[in-house]
Amino acid sequence: MSTTDVIGSRRLRREDPALLTGEGRYTDDLPIPGALHMALVRSPFAHARITAIDTTEAAAAPGVRAVYTAADLEHLWANPMPCAWPVTDDMRNPAHYPLAKDKVAYVGDAVALVLAESNAAARDAVELVDVDYDPLEAVIDLEDALSDRVVIHEDLGTNVSYRWDLELDEDAVQAAFDGAAHTVSGRFVQQRLLPMAMEPRAVAAVPAPFGGGVTLYSATQVPHILKVMAAVTTGISEADIRVVAPSVGGGFGSKLNVYAEELLALALANERKEPVRWVEERGENAQATIHGRGQIQEIDLAADADGKVTGVRVRLIGDMGAYLQLVTPGIPLLGAFLYCGVYDVPAFSFTCTSVFTTMTPTDAYRGAGRPEATYAIERAMDLLAAEVGVDPAEIRRRNYITKDKFPYTAVTGLEYDSGDHEGAAAIALDLAGYEALRSEQAERRAAGGTKHLGIGMSSYFEMCGLAPSRVLASLNYSAGGWESATVRMLPTGKVEVVSGATPHGQGHETSWSMIVAERLGVSPDDVEVLHSDTAISPHGMDTYGSRSLPVGGVAIAMACDRVIDKARQIAAHQLEAAAGDLELSGGVFRVKGSPDKEMPLAAVAFEAFTAHDLPDDLEPTLEAQVTYDPPNFSWPFGTHVCVVEVDEETGAVEVRDYVAVDDCGTQINPMIVEGQVHGGIVQGLAQALFEEAVFDADGNPQAASLAEYLVPAAPDVPSLRLGHSVTPSPTNSLGVKGVGEAGTIGAASTVINAIVDALSHLGVTEMRMPASPLHVWEAIQAARGTGGEGLVAEIATDTAGADRDAPSDTLSPQTQPGGGA
Amino acid sequence: MRVTVTVNGVARDADVEPRTLLVHLLRETLGLTGTNVGCDTTSCGACTIHLDGRSVKSCTVLAVQADGSDVTTIEGMATGGELHPMQRAFMENHGLQCGYCTPGMVMASTALIAEAEADGTTLDERAVREGLEGNLCRCTGYQNIVASVLACARGEVGNATDVQVRQGAVA
Repeated sequence: MSTTDVIGSRRLRREDPALLTGEGRYTDDLPIPGALHMALVRSPFAHARITAIDTTEAAAAPGVRAVYTAADLEHLWANPMPCAWPVTDDMRNPAHYPLAKDKVAYVGDAVALVLAESNAAARDAVELVDVDYDPLEAVIDLEDALSDRVVIHEDLGTNVSYRWDLELDEDAVQAAFDGAAHTVSGRFVQQRLLPMAMEPRAVAAVPAPFGGGVTLYSATQVPHILKVMAAVTTGISEADIRVVAPSVGGGFGSKLNVYAEELLALALANERKEPVRWVEERGENAQATIHGRGQIQEIDLAADADGKVTGVRVRLIGDMGAYLQLVTPGIPLLGAFLYCGVYDVPAFSFTCTSVFTTMTPTDAYRGAGRPEATYAIERAMDLLAAEVGVDPAEIRRRNYITKDKFPYTAVTGLEYDSGDHEGAAAIALDLAGYEALRSEQAERRAAGGTKHLGIGMSSYFEMCGLAPSRVLASLNYSAGGWESATVRMLPTGKVEVVSGATPHGQGHETSWSMIVAERLGVSPDDVEVLHSDTAISPHGMDTYGSRSLPVGGVAIAMACDRVIDKARQIAAHQLEAAAGDLELSGGVFRVKGSPDKEMPLAAVAFEAFTAHDLPDDLEPTLEAQVTYDPPNFSWPFGTHVCVVEVDEETGAVEVRDYVAVDDCGTQINPMIVEGQVHGGIVQGLAQALFEEAVFDADGNPQAASLAEYLVPAAPDVPSLRLGHSVTPSPTNSLGVKGVGEAGTIGAASTVINAIVDALSHLGVTEMRMPASPLHVWEAIQAARGTGGEGLVAEIATDTAGADRDAPSDTLSPQTQPGGGA
Repeated sequence: MRVTVTVNGVARDADVEPRTLLVHLLRETLGLTGTNVGCDTTSCGACTIHLDGRSVKSCTVLAVQADGSDVTTIEGMATGGELHPMQRAFMENHGLQCGYCTPGMVMASTALIAEAEADGTTLDERAVREGLEGNLCRCTGYQNIVASVLACARGEVGNATDVQVRQGAVA
């Protein structure tokens, strides 16, 4: 293989040998001599006043060195816990400190902590801390929260954190609905999910009391953001905080945060001058690590007689949980721009009201607002297909933004860079054998039976990159959207790359080495990639929102180009040629027309290092640092198709086939791309079929372990079949778009569309997620009018379902065949 | 209590509390941190090791129960600087992303193949999926883990150099 076809090859990951042999070090694997172990006393009540805390017995327990309550630590905080996304000027954000002082607002809210000589001693002592609570009523229902029947943060006077409207042309929306030949409406519940990264969170804070500040090791996606926020919150100088993210065992957004335990370990290590470490138990993870989703969505579509959508109207209630974490309030906004899906929609209105509840704070979880939006529009498109009386694939074809319209300015004002939805859908439908499946479905329905075939599809856009900064500013996001990269030629011709992107399983080192190899004409093996340590990589905006490649990867390519520019001047000087006459190929500069005059890049690097004979105006060494702020979001897209068999008698759903076409632009390493898509699809499919963070009416989590919360195992999920198309992004030189969340964004609606399709001839038009056998069976009974849905309330109380007595997808009457529900 | 456990071929003595779990003996006393802890309900399988040749979840075995036993951890799989074929298969088939579940997956998979060989059965995709039911992964969707185990079971390891030759889907 030459170095010019590295990009696009299925290169094996350089990360793997260490991870496969146990050599990889996650935060809790780090040996920290003399570290004190921290354990937290957590509230067993969802909402209660703290009336007394007695730490005497715990403090006297073997191995215990200290026990603290909130009152003991007030001097450690310069500011409350950070929320970096004040979405409106009047957003209500209750001050929130690492330990709760007077009140707790969710089960798992920390009220005290123990430092001890071993983890076991610390955990034992937690049981000895005596906390008196005066329980208050829980608020777990979003519409109940909205009513202010019980106000959680009394000083705010309301449970509403904010109302945010996308202020577009309301008259145009009204006109679209007034003139519509067809309208459909859907009400969907995005149930709360637990991210469940396989590595629980872990922290170790190590002070260097005689002059080195504090090093904070954390299982985080965002060491750079954490460093800034930790300085702001604790008042410790930013110059005295170094943050390191060692190997990180998955994040999915749940490690895109600034957590109480990180701040407590840092502040206590700094004050006590001794290391403090903490590792999360899985049960704590289910309570004290952010949750995902948590929305009630109402969407209305207006369409003309042909089913061409003329208007979309969306009303959202967002579940913030008990407090605002780092980007909690912004999650519904990230989805706001995607409720028109991949369709050419001329009129759109969106409003979101977000409320506090007495449950764990929500925040970014894989897709973060975009799977929710895609679910709503893709379910609504299926409702529209039924209303108009055309096939779901056909209703989409009539509405796709066509390939020739890109770059396309959406009604929201955002510009979509490139796309070919019809093309991606055609590949997916062909791969799935769509026409044959529809024939099979018709034959089986005619023959009768109790197992039903369903075919579902979804097309999606993934707004990703999470840049440019000026657009983030318009959304009141408090940080930029840039990324930093340094590319440095070493004297021996090897290359050192420093990236501000922070991997937690994605294989950045491999991908970055491939970009550099292709650009500079060196071997990927000669490229060292440094990251995830603020002492090594001081600038960065970290990894979330599928941004690493379209922002951080592009920054690396740009830095390579600047290195080449400088190297060209040095080579021209050495070869006594004009810089413009030099060509770089395969890592060697050659003079056009004089093939015998050449200089390898490695030799240029050595000249730059010795600096013995450089052009007069050139500095020694060969390196470039680039901070790249993209001109636009990037817009990966695709179409998924799911085929299910649903057993009418048991409600069991079997996924027979799953086909996905994801177009993420240029693929650096197709093997890695496929892996991202596989994992993403299964996470979305898991929302559709298995997962829900259930709470009882008192706010007690009912699925707070991996024994109760149904993260799918290998036999629970199908083998996936992937196709792809490649539509490069025109906004960056690599043509890349990002892929981390794509699978998740398309999957849940695809699966639910398939299940509803399977049961549509029974009158089923709605399906509550997760589509467990119980929920499927209830939907069938409801369609039959036998009232089976009432069983839900008896068996389990569902937080997300505002109306407990009905399945979550309740539709307005005009779309109900025969007045179903 | 005093226990002696042969770990990756070396006899190791340790004093442990009766409540000490085998995984904590391995991680904290012996410093073998390749075995990970992902839950507290014996659900995730990240801590899977071989105990006297059988795969077990080391969070569900007391250290004292392992007294006198032979334990193999992920650190004992690669020998002489060469990855075990199962490790190689995972690398060649992109069977890992964040790597946290990976040691447990490798240990469970090698035991699965050994059991199939002992029974004289052939592993197909369904059998591999069922056989790994006790090991959770949040990154891969299992697709390439299954592909890795099947490749190893079929001896299709070592064909790839640094560039993967396999094209896409699971057989």
